[in-house]
Amino acid sequence: MQFNSLSEFFAMGGYGFYVWLSYGACAVILLGIFISSKRTHGKILDDVKSQIAREARIKKAKEQGL
Amino acid sequence: MWKWLHPYAKAEKAYQVCNTLMPYFAVVAVIGLIVGWTWGLAYAPADYQQKDSYRIIFIHVPSAILSMGAYTSMAITAFIAMVWQIRNAELAVIAIAPVGAAVAAIALITGAAWGKPMWGTWWVWDARLTTMLILLFLYIGVIALYHAFEDKGAAGRASCILAMVGVVNVPIIHYSVEWWNTLHQGSTITKFDGSAIDSSMLYPLLINILAFACLMAVIVLMRLKNEILEREKHRPWVRNLVSGGKNAV
Repeated sequence: MQFNSLSEFFAMGGYGFYVWLSYGACAVILLGIFISSKRTHGKILDDVKSQIAREARIKKAKEQGL
Repeated sequence: MWKWLHPYAKAEKAYQVCNTLMPYFAVVAVIGLIVGWTWGLAYAPADYQQKDSYRIIFIHVPSAILSMGAYTSMAITAFIAMVWQIRNAELAVIAIAPVGAAVAAIALITGAAWGKPMWGTWWVWDARLTTMLILLFLYIGVIALYHAFEDKGAAGRASCILAMVGVVNVPIIHYSVEWWNTLHQGSTITKFDGSAIDSSMLYPLLINILAFACLMAVIVLMRLKNEILEREKHRPWVRNLVSGGKNAV
């Protein structure tokens, strides 16, 4: 361990702002693209699900109509 | 001889391959990032000149190298898509572009945050920085071109052509620090006469590069799965996947 205390670790020898800005920006951007990819996946699956449900409803309505 | 490769051109098979590969990349990425960031931030020794500000290297160098690597692989997949007309390769181009753009943006932001304390400025129109900015714009151009066309076939071809043409920028980025007299320092790790970096800093850096690459692979695979599903959503196999529940990840 290069630092004696937690506050020293956060201070980064006076460069804390730049170091944490870099790591923070990196984490935010990567998490952002990860979460958005995950959400798109769920959305596509939901779309397919509702399409299947819709077709089933139409089929049922047609059968009842006959 | 190459016949065993053929099934992988099928969308369903490609989707399954993505699912199989993802957990391995994910495990290496998570472990690597935890180890790499902790080692880099807390255990690697401070630089004699730059002190603790140099710790930005552990994300700046991986993101810079891998944004170029991702562009090269995107150009290769674009070439495959154009020459052999393999649609999955075209989808891979579209899957890689946003991830590459994000990573190029990280390289530029961390570079700016490193430049401010060390050079006294967030930005200079130096050869290395300018060519990296062009790389980001190329990624954005590939994404924008794809979304500009209603017909996805034409959109894919246009993006592939831009991706292939833009690859000339990659060697220019690499040699920019040698060809022009720039503020940005030259290569440290990839030198023919061995690295000019101490192993106490090199090892955590290599771990971070590996972890970063695996994390990018995970996100690219996720996006490739999405692209495949989106294009194939009226096909029976996708419907089975959704209603079957068993393989629906």
